[in-house]
Amino acid sequence: MTKKIVIDPVTRIEGHAKISIYLNDAGEVDDARFHVVEYRGFEKFCEGRPFTEMAGITARICGICPVSHLLASAKTGDKILAVTIPPAADKLRRLMNLGQITQSHALSFFHLSSPDWLLGWDSDPAKRNVFGLIAADPDLARAGIRLRQFGQTVIELLGAKKIHAAWAVPGGVRSPLSPEGVAWIRDHLPESRATVKMALESFKKLMGSLTTEIDKFGHFSSLFMGLVGKNGEWEHYGGQIRFTDSEGNIVADGLREDDYQDYLGEAVEKWSYLKFPYYKPLGYPDGIYRVGPLARVNICSNFGTPEADKELQEFRARAGGVANSSFFYHYARLIEILAALERIEQLIDDPDISSQRVRANAGINQLEGIGVSEAPRGTLFHHYQVDENGVIQKVNLIIATGQNNLAMNKTVAQIAKHYIQGTEITEGMLNRVEAGIRAFDPCLSCSTHAAGQMPLHVQLVGSDGSILSEVYRN
Amino acid sequence: MSVKTLTINNTPVAAEEGKTILEAAKEAGIHIPTLCFLEGVSTVAACRMCLVEIEGINKLLPACVTQVTEAIVVHTNTPKLQEYRRMVIELLFAEGNHVCSICVANGNCELQNLAIEVGMDHTRFPYRFPKRSVDVSHPQFGIDRNRCILCTRCVRVCGEIEGAHVWDVAQRGADAYIVSGLSQPWSEVEACTSCGKCVDACPTGAIFRKGTTTAEKQRDRAKLQFLVDAREKHEWTR
Repeated sequence: MTKKIVIDPVTRIEGHAKISIYLNDAGEVDDARFHVVEYRGFEKFCEGRPFTEMAGITARICGICPVSHLLASAKTGDKILAVTIPPAADKLRRLMNLGQITQSHALSFFHLSSPDWLLGWDSDPAKRNVFGLIAADPDLARAGIRLRQFGQTVIELLGAKKIHAAWAVPGGVRSPLSPEGVAWIRDHLPESRATVKMALESFKKLMGSLTTEIDKFGHFSSLFMGLVGKNGEWEHYGGQIRFTDSEGNIVADGLREDDYQDYLGEAVEKWSYLKFPYYKPLGYPDGIYRVGPLARVNICSNFGTPEADKELQEFRARAGGVANSSFFYHYARLIEILAALERIEQLIDDPDISSQRVRANAGINQLEGIGVSEAPRGTLFHHYQVDENGVIQKVNLIIATGQNNLAMNKTVAQIAKHYIQGTEITEGMLNRVEAGIRAFDPCLSCSTHAAGQMPLHVQLVGSDGSILSEVYRN
Repeated sequence: MSVKTLTINNTPVAAEEGKTILEAAKEAGIHIPTLCFLEGVSTVAACRMCLVEIEGINKLLPACVTQVTEAIVVHTNTPKLQEYRRMVIELLFAEGNHVCSICVANGNCELQNLAIEVGMDHTRFPYRFPKRSVDVSHPQFGIDRNRCILCTRCVRVCGEIEGAHVWDVAQRGADAYIVSGLSQPWSEVEACTSCGKCVDACPTGAIFRKGTTTAEKQRDRAKLQFLVDAREKHEWTR
């Protein structure tokens, strides 16, 4: 008899989802699915709004990465105005995105994921969270929280608010960074760098004991997609799209965001509100690709900053070239924080950062615009169509988490097949399945264009629909 | 000119005959909340925020249009008035589509300020979510009727100060809305001089400069008073 296990909701992720695990007659895992069960509707209710409001509205999609939407939206707005923004605005936007990458990655690594390997996969779920971490290792927890605070403060110094600062606008930004802001960042950079280096060292030490996780947490071949700079270097705001394969070969390069419909398709499955983007030339579902920290680290030639480049070399040596295990997302995240901090240091020395020429003004010069930016979780596209007065007619948002949808499903299935056997299901087994999802740091609030209490509810369901066993975690 | 003596909130006040209770209170340093009232243009007593209690009169009266009379005893901040004012603001929020978080006037909005002043943390009335239009056809300005509270300041400032009368109110009751010209797109109204006084007069984010993003709206309210003083008192400097 076929059985089905449901993990609902998945915990320590941003948003609401559930996982179904299907068992065959022999009690082995047949398949597993990651369902996103929330619906937001932003693409619909933005219709009719002036496009200039889009940055402010879409930033509200998410409280974790509002900056990502802000920047992608402002870049789309630049296209509608048909302007090249002032160099200072470009640098200021980059600075905010680096602050965003720092704070979001710190949240994912320290607050959400580290309890799994620091406190143990099978440890008491009531304590397996950031509060348990504070009790077990207060120094590490404090350092992680302060690192996130650093990133948040960079955002606040620029946009006057930590969350939902509507500071990036079509044509540029509203204001430069004050000399006090520069001084604050300079003062606090050393502590943040020390934290990320400490985290990197401890994580690398831990990796020796995590070989099964590295091998089973979404270890498979797929394409990787992200932005790279002119010379193939790591990029987070500008540049062009690159696809590489699981051996590091460049599959496509120099792709423009304007043509995304040529190379990205979106499939729909009736069991999830999250669409399934795929690389069009390979079709669905063979066109599976991953985005985010792992993809960016895999596709780039180098970081362009000394310490991050050193870490990149070690990363590639440990991964054996291209990192195909999704568990390496965590590792890539830490290296990206280091790279972000190094780039922040470079940017605050740039005189442009205090320039008053930060905003270009123009009318509606194009009726369609597509903007792209690297959100912490991966490549984010905004696509708007407007009428001649700039009123939004159509919106399409392609979110990082959506692009990882196929990979997340594959990861869930792989982990379930390895860890879940028989009808006796322990909470620890299921936590590993969830942790596979956490590696991607999915943001379902964004990808379905919520937050809330996320207790765990597991059901073992017979093929006739009867509940064979149930596990609750509140 | 004769002087009337009255009592406002137990304070004896003297005011010239013909002055309103609102003016008398202002001179005496007593605050009465207002919304549709705008210095320099006619009063319409539409919003009912400035309602006051006068002893011996059963009805609540709007201070902006009620003239002072001898020996009246006025109360401006009784529990009954507080309750009514809060209800007025709640009804305004429930009636339109006011989303402060993404509004151009966030942090610089008279409706929002009044909601804070009267302690409105939620509305007890169901939201109507009306379907209303946005007109950004004008090269410089836009009107978002979702945020309009029908105070008619734009109508008065355009008609009485600028003399253009671009704006008026169409329909009635719950269907009423602000209309430009003969219900034309704003850009097609030849009477509009693009002076921007309606932007300065609008208490919310309903009329704004195009390109303004969240919480960016600025108003030059002093300009309206300057124009009135220039015309009536021949004071030509600000």
